[in-house]
Order: sequence, then C-alpha cells, then structure tokens
Amino acid sequence: MMEVEQLYEILRKVQEPKGYFFNKDKEKVFELLAGLLANKERYGYMCCPCRLAANDREHDKDIICPCTYREPDVEEYGSCYCNLYVSQAWNEERIPHEYVPERRPDDRFIF
Amino acid sequence: MQRSVKLYALSTCPHCKCTKQFLSDCGVKFDCTDVDKVPKEDVAAIFEEVKRLTSRCSFPTIVIGDKVIVGNREDQIREALGL
Repeated sequence: MMEVEQLYEILRKVQEPKGYFFNKDKEKVFELLAGLLANKERYGYMCCPCRLAANDREHDKDIICPCTYREPDVEEYGSCYCNLYVSQAWNEERIPHEYVPERRPDDRFIF
Repeated sequence: MQRSVKLYALSTCPHCKCTKQFLSDCGVKFDCTDVDKVPKEDVAAIFEEVKRLTSRCSFPTIVIGDKVIVGNREDQIREALGL
C-alpha cells in the first residue's frame, strides 16, 4: 500500500502547478491523505475522506478527490471542503479561514 | 445534568476527529457513530436521521440537547454545552 509521504509528493507535483496547494498544516494533510488511502483500500477509489461514500464509483465520481467542488470552493473560500487543497492566499492567511459548507447537492447523497 | 450529546462522524475525517477530541477535552460524555463504519444495511436509516436533523448530509453533525451543529465549530459547540 502506498505511503502517505509518497502520495503527498505525487499529488503536490501535479496540483501545485494548477494553483492548488496543500494546507500548510501538514499533520492535518497527512490525516486526510491517510483517509484517502483508507478509502482506496475499502472502496477501490480515493473518495473524499470528509464525505459519506456510497461505495459506487459511478455514483461517487463527483467526490473522488480532487472533487468536482474543489474549484468553486477554493475560488470562493480559498479552501476545499476538507481544507486539504487551499490557495496560496489561504496558506499565507491573507484571507480568512472560513468554514466551507457542503456544496454537493443533497440529491447526490443516496444510500 | 449534562445535556445528551450525540455525534455523527466519519472515521476518515480530521474535522470529526477534532470534534471528538474537543468534546473529550471538555470532559463531555458523548455517543458517537462513525457512519462510514456502520453495517451497510443500517446506513440509510442513519443518513435519513442526519438529513432530518440538518436537511444536509455533512459531518461532523453534533446534537446537543435540542441544538444541532453542523461542522467542527467549537464556539457553537461550547455555547450549546453552556461552557
């Protein structure tokens, strides 16, 4: 199984050039990445660790990390729902660290 | 008497972990359900309960007496606990 440190480096190299940075709180980031790896292990895909998965890849495709909602959330709040991916301004505390509400529509949650 | 405290959480979510830690640090006894860990046949009922309480499906959801808090918002939790 992939280690958290490996995943951190792989994702960082891909996401930073796109303008998505890992939260500077590395402990929290490692917890989130461990959650992603745990979800990969049990569901077969890296579902968001902060959302309840339906254990159906097709149904959960919008919440496979990075989720569909990351772009508008980072745009509006400077952070994704989980505080995993943030903007540079968020990390540098040039914008407030607000609570990021769930953007996924209610009807997408089906169990 | 302490208000009853019920926490709906996800085992993989650091925000939920912070809420668990915060409640413990406050010396609050709480009943916690890690919803991603419950048997598949029970998830739907718990999901419906969380949705009924919050009209959302977001974790952590904390029920303190008759107050419902969505998210790890310590000031709101503190207020609801009367701390």
